[in-house]
Amino acid sequence: MEFVMFFATAAIALIGALAMVLSPNAVHSALFLLLNFAAISVLFLLLRSPFLFAIQLTVYAGAIMVLFLFVVMLLGAERADATQDRLAWQRPLALGLALVLLIEAVFISVTTIPQTPAVASPEAEAFAAPANLGSVLLTTYVLPLQITGIILLVAIVGVVVLNQRARLRHSLELEQK
Amino acid sequence: MVPTDYYVLLSAALFTIGVLGVLLRRNAIVLFMSVELMLNAANLALVAFAYRHANIDGQVLVFFVISVAAAEVAVGLALLVTIFRTRSTTDVDEVSTLRG
Repeated sequence: MEFVMFFATAAIALIGALAMVLSPNAVHSALFLLLNFAAISVLFLLLRSPFLFAIQLTVYAGAIMVLFLFVVMLLGAERADATQDRLAWQRPLALGLALVLLIEAVFISVTTIPQTPAVASPEAEAFAAPANLGSVLLTTYVLPLQITGIILLVAIVGVVVLNQRARLRHSLELEQK
Repeated sequence: MVPTDYYVLLSAALFTIGVLGVLLRRNAIVLFMSVELMLNAANLALVAFAYRHANIDGQVLVFFVISVAAAEVAVGLALLVTIFRTRSTTDVDEVSTLRG
């Protein structure tokens, strides 16, 4: 049963990712990426991580993708890429390099990861309960948690400053005219 | 139980698709989405290994990756909006003033 779930979700994740890269319309890309995020959150649930499942859905699929869709629609950038590509020779090279990267990653993971036991250890079933994760976050990892908070604050201030400066320049240009 | 190898192979495939997106596409917003895809692929591998070893540290790392990614997306999209205001384009080939 778990295998069926895994393969179905993995197929959805791969299809979502491929369609995201290949779709010419940026709005479609964002929606396919949303599908991929949802599939990955189901995989987190299969890996017995309910807290990360919820975080993935609310932060990634909720907040981040809404931000992406807002910006795509605000800029009207949903049309296809310009037809003439200045670096056309990059495309076949990129495909080849990506293939090499994939072969490398598959080779390394096949050769270095030892075979997993067929049965999960009993402690693996409940180790990632939200209560455990919360207590680790607030004891061992309390300093990184605080730093993350500061990073988020700096990001908020940075976004406000970026928009403020753009608006200032815009009003200056209007005055000069 | 699904072997960890399968999750790692899926993660490698997703990461490669993200790299392909960054290399092939010219729309800056789609480039950003591909970066998000790569971050997610790395998260998947981290959670798979955390489950395999019944070790919670990998999960904590994924939590931090997600929150830093949220900050990164906010700043990146603000930059994109600012670039769009001055250049009226999101094509990365057009924004090459810093090219040597």
